[in-house]
Amino acid sequence: MVRKVKADPKGVLEGPHFMDGDHALAEGALAAGCRFFAGYPITPSTETAERFAERCPEAGGLFIQMEDEIASITALIGGAWGGQKVMTVTSGPGFSLMMENIGLACMTETPMVIANVQRGGPSTGLPTLTAQQEMMQVRWGSHGDYRVIALVPDSPQECFDLAIEAFNLSETYRTPVFIMTDETVGHMHEKVVIPPASEIEVVERNWYTGPKDQYKPYKFGAENHMPGPMVKVGDGYRFHVTGLVHDERGYPQATVEAGKINITHIIEKIDSNADKIIRFEADQLEGAEVVVVSYGITSRIAIKAVMDARKQGIKTGNFRMITAWPFPEKQIREIASKVKAIVVPEINYGQMVREVERVAGGRCKVISVNSTGGAVHDPSEILAAIKEGRS
Amino acid sequence: MMEVRFSGFGGQGIVRCALITGKAISLYDNKFATMTQSFGPEARGGACSSQLVVSESRVLYPYVTVPGVLVALSQEAYNLYEPELGNGGILIVEQDLVKQKPDTGRVQVFPVPATRFAEELGNRLFANLVVIGFFAAVTKCVTPDAVKKALPELVPGRFLKANIQAFDKGYAYGNEIMAAKSGASVTADAMSEGVE
Amino acid sequence: MNQNANASFAQDNPMSQFLRMERMPHIWCPGCGIGTVVTAFAEAIKKSGLDLDKIAIVSGIGCTGRTAGYVKLDSFHSTHGRAIPLATGLKLANPEMKVVVFSGDGDLFSIGGNHFIHAARRNMDITVVCVNNFTYGMTGGQMTPTTPNTANASTTPFGNYEFPFSLPFLADACGATYVARWTSLHARQISASIKEALNHKGFSFIEVIAPCTTLYQRRNRLGDGLDALEYYQNDAEIAHGIDTREVDIGYQSKIKIGKFVERDKPTYLENVNQKYTNVLGDEYQLYGKTTPEKEAEAKAKAEAAAKGAV
Ligand SMILES: Cc1ncc(C[n+]2csc(CCOP(=O)(O)OP(=O)(O)O)c2C)c(N)n1
Ligand code: SF4
Ligand SMILES: [Mg+2]
Repeated sequence: MVRKVKADPKGVLEGPHFMDGDHALAEGALAAGCRFFAGYPITPSTETAERFAERCPEAGGLFIQMEDEIASITALIGGAWGGQKVMTVTSGPGFSLMMENIGLACMTETPMVIANVQRGGPSTGLPTLTAQQEMMQVRWGSHGDYRVIALVPDSPQECFDLAIEAFNLSETYRTPVFIMTDETVGHMHEKVVIPPASEIEVVERNWYTGPKDQYKPYKFGAENHMPGPMVKVGDGYRFHVTGLVHDERGYPQATVEAGKINITHIIEKIDSNADKIIRFEADQLEGAEVVVVSYGITSRIAIKAVMDARKQGIKTGNFRMITAWPFPEKQIREIASKVKAIVVPEINYGQMVREVERVAGGRCKVISVNSTGGAVHDPSEILAAIKEGRS
Repeated sequence: MMEVRFSGFGGQGIVRCALITGKAISLYDNKFATMTQSFGPEARGGACSSQLVVSESRVLYPYVTVPGVLVALSQEAYNLYEPELGNGGILIVEQDLVKQKPDTGRVQVFPVPATRFAEELGNRLFANLVVIGFFAAVTKCVTPDAVKKALPELVPGRFLKANIQAFDKGYAYGNEIMAAKSGASVTADAMSEGVE
Repeated sequence: MNQNANASFAQDNPMSQFLRMERMPHIWCPGCGIGTVVTAFAEAIKKSGLDLDKIAIVSGIGCTGRTAGYVKLDSFHSTHGRAIPLATGLKLANPEMKVVVFSGDGDLFSIGGNHFIHAARRNMDITVVCVNNFTYGMTGGQMTPTTPNTANASTTPFGNYEFPFSLPFLADACGATYVARWTSLHARQISASIKEALNHKGFSFIEVIAPCTTLYQRRNRLGDGLDALEYYQNDAEIAHGIDTREVDIGYQSKIKIGKFVERDKPTYLENVNQKYTNVLGDEYQLYGKTTPEKEAEAKAKAEAAAKGAV
């Protein structure tokens, strides 16, 4: 049951602000009701942790700087089952360290929000420069089969808005939700309008309220594979949580059949609700010869190229993914059946373009405008690809 | 749309210049502003820069491409960024810290003794507010009211008054210069006409 | 490991109300020392008189790590090495809980060593019980950071040439405020120590030396579980309050046991609360309530008011 309530005014810093994306993430989290944050400093994400630490006492929350990112993500699992809405933020190297326990969070259906302010990699890479290089890692990085929800903001305002959305999705689907932002958006200052608490809808945790002896921490095979309600430690349910394949009671079951039920649930609760989760912005797709598909900061670069192309008489559509995962398959498939080409600029060497290619299935050209990271594209590179696509 | 670059050396309040101006424009002047800055090693010491893109509608492309305004408060910053300032652009320099190339007329130069003015007001730290005041008068990119509204939270409370004074000083000086310039340019026009 | 282990452990166990009987038989081998420590733990929480609903147990991965699954408490079986950070999150998100970490030597001190030292440094108010069997039981008897020098392990087939940690010394040096060591022979003392630790304010650490019969004992030709107990009987010496620099363990050497450290120091949360209260005064309040909790409170209030009106 999804239960929406108004935001707790204590966490809402109402008003217009001139704020960067990192700070806006922290404000969004606080507005969404997040009161526990565990993190470890890493450029370019540190400002979010700092902001949260500063705002914590007055909002009645707790910030802890853990000894590393593994500890941070694991503390979130404890924090969530302790009854709080929880968040951490990191960047490339820290994201890699978190992978194993992201799997534990998925497997134990623990709601949490993880923001990755992407910077150039691999390894220490380009710590202060922008990138979008973990778009596949976020989807596939932990071992085993699972699904995630990943949102990509393109501005500080959207960092705020999507932080709330991320918490709402994580409570609705009882799953980790990722905010895949980047150094540019993280450090860019723009106007961020924080609405009054009475205008912010937050999804409450789906608390179990039935008889104690009938509680099961998990529910498999429900309508639309929606997850069951949660309880927190200390309320007398004496429940068990494990990363092993488990039954609805949470008890380990080392069998193929149990695995099938458990894993199908984790996958289907996202897949079969994809239409409800996916968000995007589309513009002038009708009659377009070429459509540019992009996300995050790259969308703001792409739009310049799109407008230049239109000026030159090329019918160019624009499609901005707000949700990267689940991938907007339906929408891209439809575009692919109508256009000559889809152009996919991203600040990596070609990641989401693989999804576009897979879904397009040869129905149109798919042109990757890739980059080794460190800077946004020059719009002329995207424009050249649009022209190539039309020819 | 206007693209602005503030530059100087670390510690001059370069980032603060863009923050104050950006906040003023986007919260109190009803326009849109996007502020970016360089981070990391390159932002510590050496030339430091912060950028603003100002627009009547939502800023899409967030970066400065060909700045129309360059504020250069150090020699290194001037050397580095002057060449990319657009033709006819506005160049504001700290006149005691920047030795300029011979004026070719490519850009419009506006020197200001910001540090000296700030020292006269009691602290060289206020130089960046003198610069913002001067910038406001010269470019008309931001209103004085908006800047004053933006200042609390961005400067320490006990220095608020001094910062406003510094802004006013720079703004008044900028207006003087502009008045003189328009007079001078009229004269120049008149002279060229006379020569004709 | 013996999958069809002694089911009698379940039936005969006087602590059955503390264990998930529906999960028996457990996976531990005959003669394995882990079960004794679990029983002692159950005994301790029983004697402590604490509300069982307010105790959570967190384990890592390993034979010892399976403990969380068998104990009838709010229980978490985390990932290898990460029991302490999960426990930290639990404690901080829900400070009224007593949180116990129950895990193995490899889990807590190899892969999880960093978390241990930092939780001790913070004086995080949790209790850590380590079953130290000198080996990685679950993965087949490899060397761990506590394997005594010269002992044989599957990855040191010619004898261990590394120097082991002395766990009480490590805990003490890192800031733990309660440190004790026992062997699995000392069931009563383990219980007493765990009970004390549960009531201790701050980071408490109890090491229990216990036999891994199937791997460590066998590989080193040390006999079965009874032989291990005989060794403890002969060579464990009670030395309460001894300087933790003097409690290291050599291969089949004497083992110093007892309560080594007990001191008073503000916990992490006490420090947080004090700091925030200094900054914000009485306004500061950690966490709000959940909507159902608020509703229940409002309802109770309304009911009380209605009663008062009658
Ligand atoms: C990241 C990771 N690495 C390795 C393992 C494999 N593994 C499982 S248990 C274990 C060792 C456990 O040893 P210890 O903590 O001493 O527990 P015991 O089995 O001896 O009780 C290892 C290495 C794992 N599960 N996860
Ligand atoms: S620790 Fe050793 S004896 Fe105990 S269950 Fe594991 S393998 Fe068996
Ligand atoms: Mg072990």
